[in-house]
Amino acid sequence: MKTLLEVDNLTVRFSLRAGEITAVDQVDFKLQEGERFGLVGESGAGKSVTGFALINLISKPGYIAGGSVRFQGNELTALTDEQIRRVRGNDICMIFQDPMMTLNPVLTIGTQMVETLQAHRSISTKEAKRAAVETLRKVQIPSPERRLRQYPHELSGGMRQRVVIAVALITSPSLIIADEPTTALDVTIQAEIMALLLSLCKDENMGLILITHDLAVVSQVTQRIAVMYAGRIVEVGATDDIVKHPRHPYTIGLLSALPQNKPRGQRLDQIRGVMPTLLDIPPGCPFNERCDRAQEICRRQRPGLEWKQHGGRVACHFVE
Amino acid sequence: MFAFSVRRVAQAVLVMFVISFIGFAIKYAVGDPVRDLVGISVSVEEREKVREQLGLNDPFVVQWARFLQKAMQGDLGMSYFFKRPATDVILKKAPATLELVICSSFIVILVSIPVGIFAAVRPNSWLSRFLMGASIVGVSIPVFLTAIVLIYIFAVELHWLPSYGRGETQMLWGVWDSGLATADGLQHLILPSIALSSIMLPLFIRLIRAEMKEVLETEYIKYARAKGIAPWRVLIVHAFKNTLLPVITVGGVQLGTMIAFTVLTETVFQWQGMGFVFLEAVERGDTSLLVAYLVFVGAVFVVVNTVVDIVYGLVNPMVRIASRS
Amino acid sequence: MSTLQKIRQSDLLHNFLRDPLAVGSFFVLLVLVAAGFLSPLIAPHDPYDTTTIDIMDSEMPPAWMDGGESRFLLGTDSQGRDLLSTILYGMRVSILIGIGAVVLQAFLGIFIGLTSGYVGGRLDAFLMRVADVQLSFSTYMVAIFIGAIFKTIFGVGLYAQVAVPFLIMVIGFAEWPQYARTVRASVLAEKKQEYVEAARVIGFPSSRIMWRHILPNALTPVLVISTVQVANAIMSEAALSFIGLGMPVTRPSLGSLIKIGFEYVFSGTWWITLFPGIVLVLLILAINLLGDWLRDYLNPKLYKGA
Repeated sequence: MKTLLEVDNLTVRFSLRAGEITAVDQVDFKLQEGERFGLVGESGAGKSVTGFALINLISKPGYIAGGSVRFQGNELTALTDEQIRRVRGNDICMIFQDPMMTLNPVLTIGTQMVETLQAHRSISTKEAKRAAVETLRKVQIPSPERRLRQYPHELSGGMRQRVVIAVALITSPSLIIADEPTTALDVTIQAEIMALLLSLCKDENMGLILITHDLAVVSQVTQRIAVMYAGRIVEVGATDDIVKHPRHPYTIGLLSALPQNKPRGQRLDQIRGVMPTLLDIPPGCPFNERCDRAQEICRRQRPGLEWKQHGGRVACHFVE
Repeated sequence: MFAFSVRRVAQAVLVMFVISFIGFAIKYAVGDPVRDLVGISVSVEEREKVREQLGLNDPFVVQWARFLQKAMQGDLGMSYFFKRPATDVILKKAPATLELVICSSFIVILVSIPVGIFAAVRPNSWLSRFLMGASIVGVSIPVFLTAIVLIYIFAVELHWLPSYGRGETQMLWGVWDSGLATADGLQHLILPSIALSSIMLPLFIRLIRAEMKEVLETEYIKYARAKGIAPWRVLIVHAFKNTLLPVITVGGVQLGTMIAFTVLTETVFQWQGMGFVFLEAVERGDTSLLVAYLVFVGAVFVVVNTVVDIVYGLVNPMVRIASRS
Repeated sequence: MSTLQKIRQSDLLHNFLRDPLAVGSFFVLLVLVAAGFLSPLIAPHDPYDTTTIDIMDSEMPPAWMDGGESRFLLGTDSQGRDLLSTILYGMRVSILIGIGAVVLQAFLGIFIGLTSGYVGGRLDAFLMRVADVQLSFSTYMVAIFIGAIFKTIFGVGLYAQVAVPFLIMVIGFAEWPQYARTVRASVLAEKKQEYVEAARVIGFPSSRIMWRHILPNALTPVLVISTVQVANAIMSEAALSFIGLGMPVTRPSLGSLIKIGFEYVFSGTWWITLFPGIVLVLLILAINLLGDWLRDYLNPKLYKGA
């Protein structure tokens, strides 16, 4: 299998009035072609920023402070504005959280699909429309010709997210970055959309980076996951392995907080404390203040993300 | 959408009704139609006869009904000074004022949109800071002062442009007395248009900048960029189109202010438009003309605002849907 | 939090002192207002005293120019009045009318806004439609019409005598919708708050709830728009005076002074227009800049488009 994406030591900083913060701290991971990868963590852990950094879409006061993103052998962080524009929405597409917020309220569905295709291919509007109809059919939207003339608010939440998926598919990308694609939707629709996304990725052999806080969702869809905490990856490995045998204390905490991992009637565990804000991450291991196993070394020395005996990578001094 | 438009038009009619009432009340209280018709050198008996003939001894409501009926046919009484129907006098002067307003609007649109967008996209550049600073100074300078300064610099000192009047005009289609058709007329238009637009420009620049800045922060702009849409298209089609709604709304309201300011601009430039005639009418106590101006300007405001509201409904898909369901 | 508390607890003064533009504007405004109100004491001449005015002195240029005299620092106007003194007196009239008109419009607007927001229903709908319509006609147009009607009804002579209260009324009546809409918006926001609910449950009469509980919370936006409104009122007064619907030339405001001067601009007598013009712009600019600072600082949720 060929490597699709290789992220190395990616670091994103924000220059705020209150100080310089590191939102994404030396993140690295790899993705094979057609692989589905999950980025898991609480809100504010840096998952979304990582996603945007991959296509160099960090706006001021943020900036990519270091590291590299190699996509199909090209270094994305080194591209010019025009070059990276040609990658965005073409080879790498994004799906945002809330389809009501992401679709432009004053443009029709058709316009928003056609413009995407025309931004990357020289193609007549008529042909682009035909492609749009076809893609809408692919995401199982009924009477697609009529949808093209409709505005986003005329569709239901689930329909809108299908449209967003269609916009992503229309250029046949090799990687889709989906940032909490189902969080804003009704619970009943969530499963539908997730299933659709999964089957499309399989059919078209597209890579998927699924950014979510929902461990249940990632475990159903992805093959490998990375758990993020305070801007860093603390554990990477095969999804099944991590879900069954989490190694990092934070991952363990996250999993035992899930209701399905507890017998009925028993109290759910929760990790004590809250994730530190990015302005005051403690020295050493960022998790040390909330960790039951924390020792002197955890406060002094930051653990690297290292290969461990079980065949995954964990950033903890106490995992062998 | 249809129901919405009907409601809006009904309201417009109601407002016109109120305006006509105010107009009539003014005439009833201070106007002297007998004088307007026959002048002052007529005996008391004859006046009384004319009064009776004109129905001026009828009850208020009857007279109002008559006024309304005549107003519907465009008859708002005789101008005492011009000895002609007041509506005629106003309509004859209307092109002058409307051309001034249209030219100023053009300047406002042409300047405020690029400047506002630029200031929103590059808020920290020195040019943006300068433009925003200039705009707050701009709103603080009364329009008549701008006009006087323009005249002093470009007409009195430099002799580049004419200082007052409309210059050579040409009758278009037999009704529209236009200054746009001749070079001399256009030259005369320059200073008044700049003066009139000076008061609106800062306001629109600030409005467009504020709305643009807000829109540029939204998710759908980030999404458009993530789709690889060209930067100019993100700015114009995705962002600017979303700022149009508030700009149109404020624009409609500001058109009223603009017409109010034509009174000032026309005074300074001796511009023979409606505002100029209106002030003369106030000085001369020419009630019919005053009322005609009130009704005409009222009608312009009402029509413009109604159209703006309906256009708003068309542009804003939300409103459209809300009224459909 | 009420406005007073907000000001006391915050670092208003600190923030103010750190902003040179705000301090500068405040200083300029202070000097202008002081000069205006102390004009009878500090002005070298009394422009209202016709016995001291000599028509022979008319149209004299400023003291530093050829033909200028040291008696008249900024020159004289067309009637031979000392321009500096006339400007000082005129500024006093402008400020007086500006503040008076804002007090009136604030009173009207707050009362209507409170009633409208608190009572709601049809009354609210009606009052807000009236405000909308009046605003759509623009406050200037309304002021011009009211002024024109008054002038026609009362005649030029009487109008001149009562010009000050007239102008206060005209501008006050023309601009109340701004306040009414702002106050109503904050009343609607406050009405949902728990403390208002609590006061109602306790059984306080609604008038008490309105004045004692809701109004203090609506004051922040009122304070912010008040500064801008004073500037607007001064500008309106100047405009009305300029077109002859304001202060008479015998007791000129800044606007009527500019009107007087304008007739002489073509003959090169620029100072009668320029100096009052500069003072007027400085006055309005200083108030606007202070208003901007205050708005940025207090940052209330203002009614959009107001």
